[in-house]
Amino acid sequence: MTQTRNLIDENGKRTDGRTADELREVKITVGTVRNADGSAFIEFGKNKIVAAVYGPREVHPKHMAQPDRCVLRCRYHMSPFSTDTRKNPAPSRREVEISKVMREALEPALMLEDYPRAAIDVYVEVLQSDGGSRCAGIAAASVALADAGINMRDLVSACAAGKVDEQIVLDINDTEDKEGGADMPVAYMPRLEQVTLLQLDGKLSQEQFNECLDKAISGCKIVYEIQKQALMQKYFGNETELKEEVAVQ
Amino acid sequence: MSASRRSPVIVEHLRKQQMWDALAKGKRLDGREFDDQRPLEIELDVIKKANGSARVKLGHSEVIAGIKVSTGEPFEGLENKGALIVSAEVLPIASPHAEPGPPDEEVIELARVVDRGVRESEMIDLEKLVLVPGKVVYTVFVDCSIVNTDGNLFDATSYAVVAALLSAKLPVLKMEGEKVVDTSETRDMPITTIPISITAARIGDHVLIDQGPEEEACMDARITITTNEEGFCAVQKGFTGSFTVEQLKKAAQSARVKGEEVRARLKELTAK
Repeated sequence: MTQTRNLIDENGKRTDGRTADELREVKITVGTVRNADGSAFIEFGKNKIVAAVYGPREVHPKHMAQPDRCVLRCRYHMSPFSTDTRKNPAPSRREVEISKVMREALEPALMLEDYPRAAIDVYVEVLQSDGGSRCAGIAAASVALADAGINMRDLVSACAAGKVDEQIVLDINDTEDKEGGADMPVAYMPRLEQVTLLQLDGKLSQEQFNECLDKAISGCKIVYEIQKQALMQKYFGNETELKEEVAVQ
Repeated sequence: MSASRRSPVIVEHLRKQQMWDALAKGKRLDGREFDDQRPLEIELDVIKKANGSARVKLGHSEVIAGIKVSTGEPFEGLENKGALIVSAEVLPIASPHAEPGPPDEEVIELARVVDRGVRESEMIDLEKLVLVPGKVVYTVFVDCSIVNTDGNLFDATSYAVVAALLSAKLPVLKMEGEKVVDTSETRDMPITTIPISITAARIGDHVLIDQGPEEEACMDARITITTNEEGFCAVQKGFTGSFTVEQLKKAAQSARVKGEEVRARLKELTAK
């Protein structure tokens, strides 16, 4: 990834007009898929992603069932029209890997031991892609799991940080991902202070690594509040008292 | 679709208890310290038919990486760069749990993580692998055959790929009109840096590097960190558990120290 042009201007503004510490606009709507046990629609910058959860339900094929806990299954998929050039609908190696890291990012938050011999299926469909779709997908999936009433230790929030023009910035967009220096997606459980997903591609020094990780986690904490608000909105509507309670925490 | 699964390696309850007791005293069952790697053997040019090859043994994990160079069209968006393709296969001979067939998600992840280390560190100057800009470029296939599994395939495979690339001889190709002609001369790969991955496993509160098969079956989470001489190039957290920020920062630091040791060995080996 060799950078060819400046991605941060003299006023410290990025290609989409954001400052280094600014998140793109994030909007989460809970319960958008009627048939699913839980669902969420997230708009994260230009990302439009729908996550749906089915289960706990019977496992098919039956030999996959575990006697002492629930099987979590996860699929990350990009629609053919979600990208600049049409994406072949067959699962790519990238999607197989993201499905795996996404499942591993969500699993620590779930009390799978509460549902032995069952399966929970999480489907994440990217309808329109921008940079950071795996983070947005994880955030939406975690809200959908909560919406499905699955027992959870915490919500999993996710956000990326990265390096652009030798500067560490929050929430890398598509252009910055393609032309910038480094991208570090992180998923985090803020209440438990545990990192459940960490990836990096691009070069960072020791100091930049630590700064990038801290910055991504600060982004996760912002996303966490938006996730909680979205759930409150569905279950308590405009009962402002409860909303304030959340804000105090 | 990715589904949660169990390790095919079964560790008895008493053995697990033994391991936890040992870890609590700062020891590992095979006598290693937490930041000790198992013995590493690297052999270069084991396959004469390949443009470059290496056989790596990390503990008893054994990987053969072979490089084949051909020509083709560049990747979309990377018109002025040669193509690099890393793939891996766990051969059915590698363990009683391995089966023939297309690579499953674990092997796809393995190949992609190894690929990411080589790619993101810009180990090979791909811009020097272009014949006709935008049309014809060198395509470097790095195929890894895992011959025996004994835990931590990430590092074993990564070292095999890096060693094979370091020892590879690139056939010098020329364009004659529309045709690619082999001049039967060779040159060294355009190497810029040596990326080294270090994988650590968390078992309970303990983070230890280069997990063996039993440790792998008992681990809560895994982290693979690839560094070059200057800093970090790639990271992948794997497995179902999580890490604290402190554990990650510490693992990152020890990945640099340990990576430097492995890098020195590879340099010494390829300098001969």
